[in-house]
Amino acid sequence: MSVETEFDVRFRGVTKRFGGVVAVDDLDLDVRKGEFLSLLGSSGCGKTTSLRMIAGFEQPTSGSILIGDDDAVGVPPYRRDVNTVFQHYALFPHMTVLDNVAYGLKQRGVEKAERRKRAQAALDLVHLEGREGRKPRELSGGQQQRVALARALVMEPRVLLLDEPLGALDQQLRKDMQVELKRIQQEVGITFVYVTHDQGEAMSMSDRIAVMCNGKIEQLDAPEVVYDRPSSAFVAGFIGEMNTMAGTVRGVSGGVATIDVASGTVAAPVDGVHPSGDVLVGIRPEKVRVVADLDGPNRVAATVVTRLQLGSQIQLVAEMADGTTLTAVVPRAGTDADVDDLVPGDHIHLSWSASAPILLAA
Amino acid sequence: MNDSATRRRLLTGWGILVLLFLYLPIAVVIAYSFNANEAVSNWTGFTLDWFTRAWETPRYQKALGLSLKIAVLNAIIATLLGTAAALALGRARSKWKVPFSVLVFLTLVVPEIVIAVASRIFFVKAHEGFSFFPSLGWKTILMAHVVWSSAVVVLIVRSRFTGMGSSLEEASFDLGAGPVKTFVQVTLPRLLPAIVAGALLSFTMSFDNYVLSVFTASGDNETWPMAVFNDVRFGVTPAVNAISTVMFLVVAAGVAGAMWFVTRKSGEPADGRG
Repeated sequence: MSVETEFDVRFRGVTKRFGGVVAVDDLDLDVRKGEFLSLLGSSGCGKTTSLRMIAGFEQPTSGSILIGDDDAVGVPPYRRDVNTVFQHYALFPHMTVLDNVAYGLKQRGVEKAERRKRAQAALDLVHLEGREGRKPRELSGGQQQRVALARALVMEPRVLLLDEPLGALDQQLRKDMQVELKRIQQEVGITFVYVTHDQGEAMSMSDRIAVMCNGKIEQLDAPEVVYDRPSSAFVAGFIGEMNTMAGTVRGVSGGVATIDVASGTVAAPVDGVHPSGDVLVGIRPEKVRVVADLDGPNRVAATVVTRLQLGSQIQLVAEMADGTTLTAVVPRAGTDADVDDLVPGDHIHLSWSASAPILLAA
Repeated sequence: MNDSATRRRLLTGWGILVLLFLYLPIAVVIAYSFNANEAVSNWTGFTLDWFTRAWETPRYQKALGLSLKIAVLNAIIATLLGTAAALALGRARSKWKVPFSVLVFLTLVVPEIVIAVASRIFFVKAHEGFSFFPSLGWKTILMAHVVWSSAVVVLIVRSRFTGMGSSLEEASFDLGAGPVKTFVQVTLPRLLPAIVAGALLSFTMSFDNYVLSVFTASGDNETWPMAVFNDVRFGVTPAVNAISTVMFLVVAAGVAGAMWFVTRKSGEPADGRG
C-alpha cells in the first residue's frame, strides 16, 4: 500500500518545554497522507501543544518536524501548508461569513470573483448556503463551527488541524457533526489531525488514534485495535471502561495464560510474547454476562452491589467472594437470566467468553 | 419589602442631590450666557449677543485657534504614540513591561501641578542646553499635553487589546496573512473603537487643560481656557459665560463620543476592505 510510505507530517524526537514543564516529551509520530488521525488524551497530555507545533504557533524545544518533505521548524504559521479549525472558532467578528471564508484566499492573491466562488463552494460543502452576508455573531454555535471549518477547508491544505472543534457544542449537535466531519473528510480527501479528550469522538471518526499521556504517545493504532488490545492499563481505562485485576502468571500453554488473581484464576489468550510475573488482567464490562449457574469455564459467583439503568442497557457492579468488584454492562432483555429484576444484595453468576480477558502490562 | 423600597427611594434622592451639586453651577452658567443683562446675576431677557460679542473679540478668536491647533495635534500625536505603546505592552514578555507600564500610568496619578512645574523646568533647561529644542511656546504646551494624553490612550487601547486575546491574530496567521497584513486587516479594525475613543479624550483633555498650558506657555501664548481665566479675574462677564457654554458643549461632545466608541459592542468598526 502506498499510504504506508507517504506521510504528511513526521515528528522525530520532538520535545517542547514551557519553562520547566515538559509538555511534549521526545515524541515520534507519522501522520499518513489522507488519514483521519486523532490525538486523544486528557488536558495537559501534550495533544494541543503537538497540534500547535504542526500549525506553527509553537516551535519545538528540540527535535524535528517535517510537513510533507519540508523541515517545518522555524517556519512561521503563514508560510505553512496547513490550516486550523480553532476550538472557539476564532472567526473575524468584523467580517461577514463570506469574507471570513475568503480571507485566506485573499492573502494568497486569488482575485475577487474567483475567491467568492470558491468560498461559496466551501460554504455549500458545510451546508451553510444563504448565510454568506451574516456576521459571525448572528449565527448559532454549530453554524459558526461550520464557518470555521469552511474557512480552513477552502485553503485545500495538505493537513487540516482541528483543535477540539466540537467541544462547545451540545450533545446532539456533536453527534451530528461527527458524522458530518467524517463525510467531509472522505469527500475532500485531506489529512485530518484531530485533537480531542472525548474518546467517543475519537472512536467514531478516526482511522487511527494516538492515545497520549504526559507528553508521550501510549498507543497509536486503529480504534478497534486500541479498544480490543490496549497496550497499557492507562489506555484500557481511557478508551471505554475496563475491569482490571492484578495477578501473577502461573503458566502458559496452548496460547492461553493462567493467571492467579484475588478471586481465583483467569485464563487469558496471549499472542506473541509470553507473559510472566505480575500482570494486570482486563475485561470489558460489556463482555461480562449474567448466567444461571457455575457450570462451565470463566464463571464466578458474585453479589449485586449497584444496578444502574443506562437506557437499553443495565450496568451491574457485583462483589466477588474476595471483596473485589466486577462491572458488567448487559442488555436489558437478558438472554441467560432476567437482569431486569435484579436488586442489590441478589446473588448472581457472572461469565465471560474465553477471548475476553486482555493482558496488560502491570 | 418596605425597607428595600425606602432604601431605593433614599438612594435615588441622594443620586439626584449629587447630580444637582455637580451640574447646577454649569446649568446656571449656560442659562446666564443667554441673559440680556450686563450684570451677571439679574435675568432680564434672552439674547445671543454674548456669543457674537465673544466670537468677535480678536483675543478670543486667537486663543480659540491656538487651543484647537494644540488639541488636534495633541490628539494625533498622542494617539499614535499611545497606540504603539499599548501594542508593545499588551503582548510583550519583556522584563521592562511592568516598570514601563508603571511609568506611563504614574503620569496619570501624579498631581498635574507637579508635572506642570517639572515640565516647565525641563523645557527651559532643555532649550538652554540644546538650541534645537523649542523655547517655551505652543510647541512646549503641545509636548506637555502629549505626555499626559498618551498615557490615557495607552490605558484605553491596551485594555481592549489584551481583552481581544491572540486567537484572531493566530487565525489570521494560520490563513496565510503575515504580521503586517494581520495588523491592518484584523488587529487594527478590532482596536479602532478604542483608538477613536482615545483620540477624542486626548482632544478633549487638551482643549480644556489649564494648568499644564499655563506652566509651559510663554507670555505671548494664551489658550482658550487661559483667556477665560484671565478675564474671570477681572470679573465674570456674560461673554465669559458664553465661552464657557461653548467649551462645555465641545468637551461634552468629545467625552460622549469617546464613551460611545469605547462601549460599542465588538464587531462593527469599519472594515474598509471586502
